[in-house]
Amino acid sequence: MSDMEEAITEFLVESHENVDRLDNELLALEENPGDVETLASIFRTIHTIKGTCGFLGYSNLESVTHVGENLLGKLRDGTMTLSDPITEALLHMVDAVREMLGTIESSGKDGDKDYGSLIIAMDTLLKDSGELDPSPGADQAGQIEPDEEPAAEEPTATHAHDESVESEPDSLEDAYQDEYADSLPSYTQQDQQDMFEPEIEASDEVLSAPNSQAKSGTSAADSTIRVEVLQLDILMNLVGELVLARNQILQFSPNEEDASFLASTQRLNQITTELQEGVMKTRMQPIGSIFGKYPRMVRDLAKSCGKEIHIDITGKETELDKTILEAVKDPLTHIIRNSVDHGIETPEEREQTGKSREGRLFLRAFHEGGQVNIEIRDDGGGIPISKVKAKALQRGLVTASQVRKMSDHEALNLIFSPGFSTAARITNVSGRGVGMDVVRTNIENIGGSVDVQSAEGAGTTIRIKIPLTLAIIPALTITSSGQRFAIPQVNLLELVRLEETDGISAVEYVHGTPVYRLRGALLPLIYLNKTLGQKPVPPASEDENAINIVVLSADGKPFGLIVDSINDTEEIVVKPLDKQLKELEVYAGATIMGDGCVALILDTAGIARRGSIMTTPKSEEVNRLDGPELESEVIDESETLLLFLINDGLRMAVPLSTVARLEEIKIECVEYASGKPVTQYRGEIMPIINLADFFGVDAPPPTEIMHVIVYQHEGRSVGFAVTEIQDIVADKVTSRTESSAVGVLSSAVIRGLITDILDAPSVIEMEFPELFTQQYA
Amino acid sequence: MTTLANDQVQQLCTFYVGPLFLGVDVRVVQEVIRYQEMTPVPLSRPGVEGLINLRGQIVTALDPRIQMNLPPSESDELPMNVVIRIEDSIASLLVDEIGDVVDIDPTRLEPPPSTLPASSGRFIESVFKMEDQLLLLLNAGRAIRTGDNNSTSMRANDDQSDD
Repeated sequence: MSDMEEAITEFLVESHENVDRLDNELLALEENPGDVETLASIFRTIHTIKGTCGFLGYSNLESVTHVGENLLGKLRDGTMTLSDPITEALLHMVDAVREMLGTIESSGKDGDKDYGSLIIAMDTLLKDSGELDPSPGADQAGQIEPDEEPAAEEPTATHAHDESVESEPDSLEDAYQDEYADSLPSYTQQDQQDMFEPEIEASDEVLSAPNSQAKSGTSAADSTIRVEVLQLDILMNLVGELVLARNQILQFSPNEEDASFLASTQRLNQITTELQEGVMKTRMQPIGSIFGKYPRMVRDLAKSCGKEIHIDITGKETELDKTILEAVKDPLTHIIRNSVDHGIETPEEREQTGKSREGRLFLRAFHEGGQVNIEIRDDGGGIPISKVKAKALQRGLVTASQVRKMSDHEALNLIFSPGFSTAARITNVSGRGVGMDVVRTNIENIGGSVDVQSAEGAGTTIRIKIPLTLAIIPALTITSSGQRFAIPQVNLLELVRLEETDGISAVEYVHGTPVYRLRGALLPLIYLNKTLGQKPVPPASEDENAINIVVLSADGKPFGLIVDSINDTEEIVVKPLDKQLKELEVYAGATIMGDGCVALILDTAGIARRGSIMTTPKSEEVNRLDGPELESEVIDESETLLLFLINDGLRMAVPLSTVARLEEIKIECVEYASGKPVTQYRGEIMPIINLADFFGVDAPPPTEIMHVIVYQHEGRSVGFAVTEIQDIVADKVTSRTESSAVGVLSSAVIRGLITDILDAPSVIEMEFPELFTQQYA
Repeated sequence: MTTLANDQVQQLCTFYVGPLFLGVDVRVVQEVIRYQEMTPVPLSRPGVEGLINLRGQIVTALDPRIQMNLPPSESDELPMNVVIRIEDSIASLLVDEIGDVVDIDPTRLEPPPSTLPASSGRFIESVFKMEDQLLLLLNAGRAIRTGDNNSTSMRANDDQSDD
């Protein structure tokens, strides 16, 4: 029985492939009805399925394919010509076959669904043109086979059987089928060229008998074997381990003097690289295997929408990992459906705008920059940006002020937001508002990105970028607070290093948020150690004050991640994290480094979210759904207060948004001008106000380092010297009372203690009236 | 865990964590290894000490002291790893010292005293009376799943809001 099950599985796998090919061949035939080779190939495919299912006892499937075969036979020998109804009927037959294959897969039987009407329809078509041949089966066999398979070229006994089967009337063929079905398909489907190699064919048959089913029609079948994806996954994992072991050994090799050891290391390195490439190749499949399904889909969709659409496919041979291929299938299908349904206009509309009646859909795949690019372009109506904005507003995805600031490109990308759909009407094809966001999510899940461009009236282009493979990725390793992390290079835009002198002035603050001017544009910054809650480690002396910024892209927006040091790029093997750690969105996984230690892989989008720099509706949506814990990250900056002590016990606060920087100034750098303390700061003289003196409280004089809060006042920096910087509180200030005291804005209860909030401008004005009035008088 | 071995004898792998003498069924213990260098996981729950490299597999190392509200270790000795695998879950418990594998008669196990604090009571399934000391049978499944532990997850939240 297991032989039988194996036979059925193989039959299913093979038939599914064949059926997919049939779709395309039939469409090709529709365009070029005179193509004899395609016709012959279709005929062979159907014949194979028919023969095999007869052997396996799927009578329902057999009866449908049988009539189809007869119809195709007529077409092949030219007694009938291909017409629209015939194509339609044959496509329906392919659908029926596909449906039954599905039933067989799930239930083991071909089901008892009645395809009588389909059979009758095909029979009618057959009779319409072939009145002369009341017995189509006999006709087909008798007329065709002698031409194709001359008896003189059949030396073996099996071939004799085969021949007799083919040349007998139908009833006899059926009788023989049970006995010889295993050998029958492989012969009947052969090309004429194959016939010149009867011995090879025969020996092949002997070798693979008795269990194997017919080989698929092409001669390539002889040089390929089927391997389960799971096997390849295991192999891939092992290669991953080998890559790690190789990296480990490579780390030792520079310390070794032994020449032969070094030579073997080199060899190991080379072989591993080749093996890695080789194994990765086994998992690579041409994207054509999914592209192939689209011509049929587009044709059917276009017909049902009353449109005329021509699909152009290029780059079918572009290869990518099977897992990724599977993952992009659904998103691609969705995008194409959208283009057909909403993108391309009806022929009438197109004529009115001066376009050709037939819409064009371009599907292009190509390699670029170590990634696979897939482009879906249509010459349809494009996406009306104003409508997108209006819809996003109406759905509450964005606020009116956000919309005003949005570039057209940003606005267009709103179509990927959850719950967005511009289709005025919902068709059975698309327009339910649950599509493009899933498209983006699916593509981002495999480390890819998607972008849309559109010109109203001229068409829409959607570009998908996906990595070649998931298992082994190039990554940048960095250090933060003494710990190593890996960042996938896919997200990496550039590296910026600000040297000591630049370091101080380069990071500026917008409303308390650090930014850096990267070629004139403001780049939001995130401190990795703060985001991860790590204790900052004092930098090594050489690196003092140098700032390393890793510029990353999250959701298409750049941001700078400040790290302690940037180490190297390395190929890493991604390993998933334990279930308990999966909830941490800042990590994408972990990997084992060359020295055998584990390093965490940072998730760019997760870091950006945690650093709450992303303002796209998507992240807001996430924050909103994820409940109070995340919401607290999106606090109103004006309520964030910096707490400090001005002597041993007196605590004060100042709104963080007004603070430019916190500095530690060496006591010897404090000089005096006009009897008042100043320091040289960023090329200007910054006056320092000692708050303890100002408020008239006793404070111990600073010993080595003075803690200074730098405040920007009308373009000038002013420093407030305090005893200790305590904390930043994001708590909602519960009660606040206006204060009459000099230099105090108000008093508030912060963490259960009454705290005075500094009125910085008035303090400055009182201390340095001449300084500011002179300048601004 | 509680299902009996066919021959009425249950084998326990024993170890010490602070003052506690603990045991888990040997069948869930994949291996016992020396201290491994750990990579800390910032932002993770308390109790997650880090990740170790177990021959290419990445395993989370957990500190049972934090789960059971024990004070941190004062010893300078590095902890040992008891790697526990239950179905697909794998984790390592950091313990002070490894004891013997002991055979016990499961019928002589007693439930833990009801006065045991709930924080540690969750993890202690039963008590076996050895001649000279008490052996506490650990619920390995709970011990390696920190996420299920309400008390630690609440503490995790507290810690985060303090940051």
